[in-house]
Amino acid sequence: MSRLLFAKEGAAIWSSHLDLMRALMRSFRRAGIDLKHSQGFTPHPELSILMPLSVGVESQCEIAEFTLAEGCVLPPEEIVSRLNPVLPAGIRALDCWEGGRKAGKLAWLRARLTLAYEESEARDPGSGDGGADSPTPPRSAQNDRLEALRELFARPSLTVEKHSKKGPVETDIAPMIRELTVSAAAGDAVVIEAVVAAQNPTLNPLLLVTAIETRLPEYKPAQVRCRRLELYDEDMQVFR
Amino acid sequence: MNQRIDAALARILPRVQKPARYVGGEYNQTVKELSGVDTRMAFCFPDTYEIGMSNLGLRILYGIVNRMEGVWCERVFTPWGDMEDEMRAAGLPLFALESHDPVGDFDLIAFSVGYEMSYTNILTMLDLAGIPLRAADRKGLHHIVFAGGACTYNPEPLADFMDFFSLGEGEESTVEIVNCYRSAKRRGLSKEEFLWELGKIPGVYVPSHYVHSYKPDGTLEAITPLAGAPEKVTKRIVQDLDKAWYPTEPIVPMTEIVHDRMNLEVMRGCIRGCRFCQAGYTYRPVRPRKPETLYEQAVHALEFSGDSEITLSSLSTSDYKYLEPLTDRLTEYCAARNINMSVPSLRADNFSRDLMLKLQKVRKSGLTFAPEAGTQRLRDAINKNVTEEDILKTCEIAFAGGWNNVKLYFMLGLPTETDEDVIGIGDLVYKIYNTWKAHAANKKRGVRIHVATAFFVPKPFTGFQWERQITPEEYLRRCRLLKEHMNNKSVEYNYHEAKLSELEAVLARGDRRLGAVIEAAWRRGAKLDGWMEYFDYDKWIAALDECGIDRHFYTTRGFGSDEILPWDSIDPGVSKRFLLRERERAYRSEITPDCRHGCAGCGANRLLECGVCDP
Repeated sequence: MSRLLFAKEGAAIWSSHLDLMRALMRSFRRAGIDLKHSQGFTPHPELSILMPLSVGVESQCEIAEFTLAEGCVLPPEEIVSRLNPVLPAGIRALDCWEGGRKAGKLAWLRARLTLAYEESEARDPGSGDGGADSPTPPRSAQNDRLEALRELFARPSLTVEKHSKKGPVETDIAPMIRELTVSAAAGDAVVIEAVVAAQNPTLNPLLLVTAIETRLPEYKPAQVRCRRLELYDEDMQVFR
Repeated sequence: MNQRIDAALARILPRVQKPARYVGGEYNQTVKELSGVDTRMAFCFPDTYEIGMSNLGLRILYGIVNRMEGVWCERVFTPWGDMEDEMRAAGLPLFALESHDPVGDFDLIAFSVGYEMSYTNILTMLDLAGIPLRAADRKGLHHIVFAGGACTYNPEPLADFMDFFSLGEGEESTVEIVNCYRSAKRRGLSKEEFLWELGKIPGVYVPSHYVHSYKPDGTLEAITPLAGAPEKVTKRIVQDLDKAWYPTEPIVPMTEIVHDRMNLEVMRGCIRGCRFCQAGYTYRPVRPRKPETLYEQAVHALEFSGDSEITLSSLSTSDYKYLEPLTDRLTEYCAARNINMSVPSLRADNFSRDLMLKLQKVRKSGLTFAPEAGTQRLRDAINKNVTEEDILKTCEIAFAGGWNNVKLYFMLGLPTETDEDVIGIGDLVYKIYNTWKAHAANKKRGVRIHVATAFFVPKPFTGFQWERQITPEEYLRRCRLLKEHMNNKSVEYNYHEAKLSELEAVLARGDRRLGAVIEAAWRRGAKLDGWMEYFDYDKWIAALDECGIDRHFYTTRGFGSDEILPWDSIDPGVSKRFLLRERERAYRSEITPDCRHGCAGCGANRLLECGVCDP
């Protein structure tokens, strides 16, 4: 078993988890990297993605797991260098290695939410197109908003209605947040950076926005940009 | 990338279904530097991304135009209703997938039209692009709007909206059209001058060069070409398919499309001559590709795209002359690489049975037959040369081999059809069920027999182009009659929406007066009519009323054999004399042998420089 670390950005964020699976399988074929196939009537390549990503969410820490076909021996660096030229726009292979931690050891996820209000645009501060570094004039409306959001996420309990297959379910998301900071960004935008539970159960960072929408409807953002930044184990060591 | 449009998209996309179809950026889309581009073409497909990206014509023409230096061709599809609403609310114009630039900035707006019920989508797209709907309202060379594709063999219902039509296969003519446009722009021609220049290109039909006049009874009095316009415009074909460009380096969609696999076109045309089938007549003459060409194309495209599935496509792939040598080589290639190969439209004959078993080694696909009619008499009348014996024999082998799923397609309302023919479908299904009981490898798993009936729609340039369509009520009566004769819990019966097929018939054989109806229906909100989520019969009926058009004129009336037909200015190769002869033979339930068992003299060979079909 090997692992591939990759980013999903740009146009690619609008494709679903299943679409991404198909795109990766095709990319491996294009790169001439043979994957091991399952036995049986409809053989499938052994390729999976550790944590499915919601449509519209960016990530710089996606991990795919795969097994090379027997006889296909390639050093991990070559897998990266072969994949990159044939990956669709927005998908970038960042690293590849053999083996890796047990998937069950994955515990936390760092994510960044950029909330844009009114006509301002949700620019991701990390992508170099303006953002946190640019000075924002202190404005009382913005300060009120920051204060209200900080207060909201400091509550010991924060129930949110989550849509599951069995209908709406009330979930307390507060225990699933390990760290959370709220800061101001350019153009009246707000950046929330949080470390949330990655599994058992997972907290989709977009639920933080749902919490704002239901608890503080006056601070409902006009546009949200969400990006996964890093994965960690129970001890906050980077998960690979 | 267009920044204004991208900023608006970022807000809209999280709220719409399947946003991936609106962003482009797929592997191997063509992006050009605008500084080197003098002509921009928007290739518009008037249906969703998933349907449009499955269309081979789009793939071919996109590649051919983008091979031209200085010309950039981009893709545009119809937005789904939710996206259209969001776009209108945000004031976002229709944009092309590659550059995200507004379609209104393009020079040539080309539509590929393969389905009558997508006509309103053309108007939606023009409107969203901010381009006047009617050709007469578009002045100058800025927005030249044209169409091609299967529906344009009867161009008249769209004549008001299109500056011209490109008839037949576009591999060569599209390049000539684009070059004619560039030359007109350089020389500063007026739109009228440009259209006359364009009319000299074989296969180009300019509707404004033809005057249609009507008799008091509503039938055509005359079609009068303006001085200088040809009496008839003959469709274009590719003479040598082995030399024709083929998309072996296709765009690879990032979201699942309807035909999400490599499409290998083994031949064009069909030797069979089913009398209801428009494609069977209009794709003539029959021209196969060499198996060597096809093998190379398949390997190149599979390696380039990373597809794990390939389909051998044509109107009747089991009639492809070199199917055996081709599939022998390809199954070997595919099996070694876990690639699934499918051969659709197999006939129920001996060779196909062997092939079916061979293909099963890779993956067992469903078993599908299209007998179209329930009795041999009616099958002979429509020239669908498949016998009950063939069907039962194939089912026997398939059931013994472990298949337990059969799909059967029929039509109801075919010319000369009686209740006996309808009940005949039930009898055939019962015999198939008994075959399963007698030969099934494993009876515990049961059998599923899916039966579907379509409502016969008479189409231009078929042996049945003059025929009446039965009423939707009569169609539904026959559906019920059939259902009564198929009460077996292993049988699942579905029938097509009758009202949709009725309107399809109106538009298929419509004349120029239908343009107003299409526009009126669209103004009333008709859109995405081919989708049951949106199809609204009442809007169309109101539009017909508003325009004073009686739908029965185009459906139940039937057309006289000496009547001038709206599509008489078009020559698709097959002659009217031949089609009339086919109609007469249908009335006598007399079959016409396929092209390989004697030339029936359809006339399509006139289009070939060598004069010989199926080389």
